[in-house]
Amino acid sequence: MAKHGTARDDRRPTVGELRTLRGKNDANQASSRADALDRLIHERLRLGIVSALAVNDSLSFSDLKKLMKTTDGNLSVHARKLEEAEYIACTKSFEGRMPKTEYRLTAAGRRALERYLDHMEALIRATRER
Amino acid sequence: MASVTPLHRAPAPEPPALHVRAMDNLAFIRDTMEAAGSFTAVSGWGMVAVGIIATVAAVIANAQHSALESIFVWMAAAVLAPAVMLWAIVQKARRAHVPLLSGPGRKFILSFSPPMFVGALLTIVLYRAGLVAAIPGMWLLLYGTGVVAGGAFSVRVVPFMGICFMLAGTLALFTPPSWNDWIMAAAFGGLHIAFGIPIARRHGG
Repeated sequence: MAKHGTARDDRRPTVGELRTLRGKNDANQASSRADALDRLIHERLRLGIVSALAVNDSLSFSDLKKLMKTTDGNLSVHARKLEEAEYIACTKSFEGRMPKTEYRLTAAGRRALERYLDHMEALIRATRER
Repeated sequence: MASVTPLHRAPAPEPPALHVRAMDNLAFIRDTMEAAGSFTAVSGWGMVAVGIIATVAAVIANAQHSALESIFVWMAAAVLAPAVMLWAIVQKARRAHVPLLSGPGRKFILSFSPPMFVGALLTIVLYRAGLVAAIPGMWLLLYGTGVVAGGAFSVRVVPFMGICFMLAGTLALFTPPSWNDWIMAAAFGGLHIAFGIPIARRHGG
């Protein structure tokens, strides 16, 4: 068996095997790229929050809720995660008697979005170059 | 006795390839930015600048000896103001890292341009017909129409401002021509400044 294995290792790989190997290599590269993704903003709602804040100085809780078409609870949970990672900053104030929560993207959040965009573009580029 | 046939599970669909998911994510980001961009498409500071230009134009126009001369002053302002506004919109789009002709910006231009084109044509027609006094009212009405139509894709304050322009236009058409410069100053000057400042403060410049 070992001899057979050695014989297999000594011979030059066929074109088909090379294709398979290259495919596996590409898959590994793509997989490692996917692993390097920022999981925190990969989640759809969090990605939406960060994207919306990237084109606005700040957005209120209700603006974001309308924009993302989500519930209060869902939005606050995901916004809290982004806040804990210091990707967004939250300011609470009162407008008359009504509490108002404003969110804005931090420099770290903007960098994270740019990195994420780079990852996505790299994945697409890798496929096109194949 | 009924025979039992085993349930064959349909093979699970293959998960989408990484590049397909990447393209989907990029599309999602772009769509979200475009939807959120309606908050930022119009430049509030650009509106304030246009308001100042209009106020200066009103003062100069009022010092002219004829209605026709006043119209020429306003036409000069009508060339300068859109150029300043466009510059302000470009700056705002750059600051926000969004393409100028992204969804909301494109929709605004497509909705705003036709009334402006009609206004330019009607200016020539009314001038030839000797109805110079009707030109300011027509300008205000069509400008208001453009802002209402374009503002349908923007924050609520923008179409509301358009309605104010239409009201000013109606007023200009049914009041003595000597009031025209003041109505134009109040509308093109006052309304732009009054609405521009809150838009600039609340919607990113």
